Amino acid sequence: MIEAPPSPEPQTKPNLVSGNSAPMISVRSLRKKIGQQEILRGVDLEICTGETLALIGRSGGGKSVLLKHLIGLMEPDSGEILIHGQNIIGMKERQLAAIREKVGILFQSGALFDSMTVAENIAFPLREAGERDPKVLSAKVAQMLEVMEMEGQEEKMPESLSGGMKKRVGLARAIIRQPSCVLYDEPTAGLDPVVADSINHLIRRLQRQFGITSLVVTHDMKSAFDVADRIAYLHEGHVYFHGTPDELQKSKDRLIQDFLLGRSEGRADCL
Amino acid sequence: MVRFFSALGAPLLALFQYLGELILLAGDTFRSIFTHRLRWKLFLNQVVEIGLLSQVLVIITGGFTGAVFSAQAFFQFNKLGMGSAVGAVVSVSLCRELAPVLTALMVTGRVGAAMSAEIGTMKVTEQIDALRALAVYPIDYLVVPRTLAMIVSMPLLVAECIAFGVVAGYFVAVYLLDVNGPYYVANMVRWTRPRDIIMAMTKACVFALLIVFISCHKGLTAREGAVGVGRATTEAVVNSSLAVLIVNFFLTMGLNIIFPAGHQ
Repeated sequence: MIEAPPSPEPQTKPNLVSGNSAPMISVRSLRKKIGQQEILRGVDLEICTGETLALIGRSGGGKSVLLKHLIGLMEPDSGEILIHGQNIIGMKERQLAAIREKVGILFQSGALFDSMTVAENIAFPLREAGERDPKVLSAKVAQMLEVMEMEGQEEKMPESLSGGMKKRVGLARAIIRQPSCVLYDEPTAGLDPVVADSINHLIRRLQRQFGITSLVVTHDMKSAFDVADRIAYLHEGHVYFHGTPDELQKSKDRLIQDFLLGRSEGRADCL
Repeated sequence: MVRFFSALGAPLLALFQYLGELILLAGDTFRSIFTHRLRWKLFLNQVVEIGLLSQVLVIITGGFTGAVFSAQAFFQFNKLGMGSAVGAVVSVSLCRELAPVLTALMVTGRVGAAMSAEIGTMKVTEQIDALRALAVYPIDYLVVPRTLAMIVSMPLLVAECIAFGVVAGYFVAVYLLDVNGPYYVANMVRWTRPRDIIMAMTKACVFALLIVFISCHKGLTAREGAVGVGRATTEAVVNSSLAVLIVNFFLTMGLNIIFPAGHQ
């Protein structure tokens, strides 16, 4: 007989702000239904300036959906998303452009433009912002590739890159305009442990070097513990746990322990 | 009766929703054309893709349509002793109907399919989300250059189709069927009026807009996966072809009031 999981540690009205820094992103009572399925059931979350928050949870739990809401790629049914205190819900596509210039995103697949070379992909945001000088563009691209440890790959096409390289190029494209926040959607998914580790180091380095606020959506626990200042666990459409990596590891909650240890106990509902 | 209307209701609603989405896309695109900067490089790339690379297709279509139409017209007209009238019939028919419709159908198959497949693939591989996330409005980047390139290319392709159709018709009539050449040309020039050319160009522009909006819309609304892109591409070609044929009838009836056929 399967025991009902013990109730989570009291987190009903979470004080999600750690330290003294102000929240850069605040999510309040966010709800989203796709078809008949309620994906987000009132998510409350805050991401402080300069911190790295890892959002963990089971596959299909709504992590990527939440991430897409944060940059206005999806529209919620209700709730608020404040970025630097400005509510982005209900904003028109063109109004969102100003917000999107401050927030970069690394897609799970990299989402590189397959008709462009690596250099053209990385330079794309600058070119769209009006930068036309080829010298400036190539210097910036070279600088980004150096940060990503991918020197000399400018002329390659995306289809000739490995999964890890695609993510690095996607990341270079996301940060070339120096956003104050980067959202990572499963940055280590599908990568071997060594490449995954190098991506984790990169995320950490970007935070240290450029002071970038980061939200890392992942179900890779090693990645979460490596990069995060705080961790939030999304379960059944709401934030079930939030705290430091240390607090998460010490948690006695059955659901969290199952997730950390990867225990399914043969339950079909895990599929 | 109620069941009949309720059965009719859902497809009708879907049709109106689809037409509404197309109108909104068109409105958004024209607003963007007049209020935002044009990406010249993308526009010129599309002119090459749509206009330049469709040349062979259009030349073959125009040439063989003119040739076969000339032969068929001659077989009928010659019985009445009007063999030299073939030039006028071929020329006017190509201008008013054949060249715009056949060019549009050919461009739909080549360019419309490519547009919906390309944009659909970008949609399902998150490239359109990436554009949006990089503060680039997909309509500005994807639809506007294609729309303008179609508006520029289609009239030129239709003109080319007419020209090659007339020349092929002349060769078939004069060199294969022994029609008197000077009479052929004189009749063609006498009966083909500027209004026939205006009608051809008007139809070319309208068909260009139909193809580009239907194809881009299908690409932008493609569902997940290879099946979704395949379905979007097929629907883009089918819908564009049907739209061209249906709108052509109404255009013909409407334009014939403004630009009546014949030598008046």
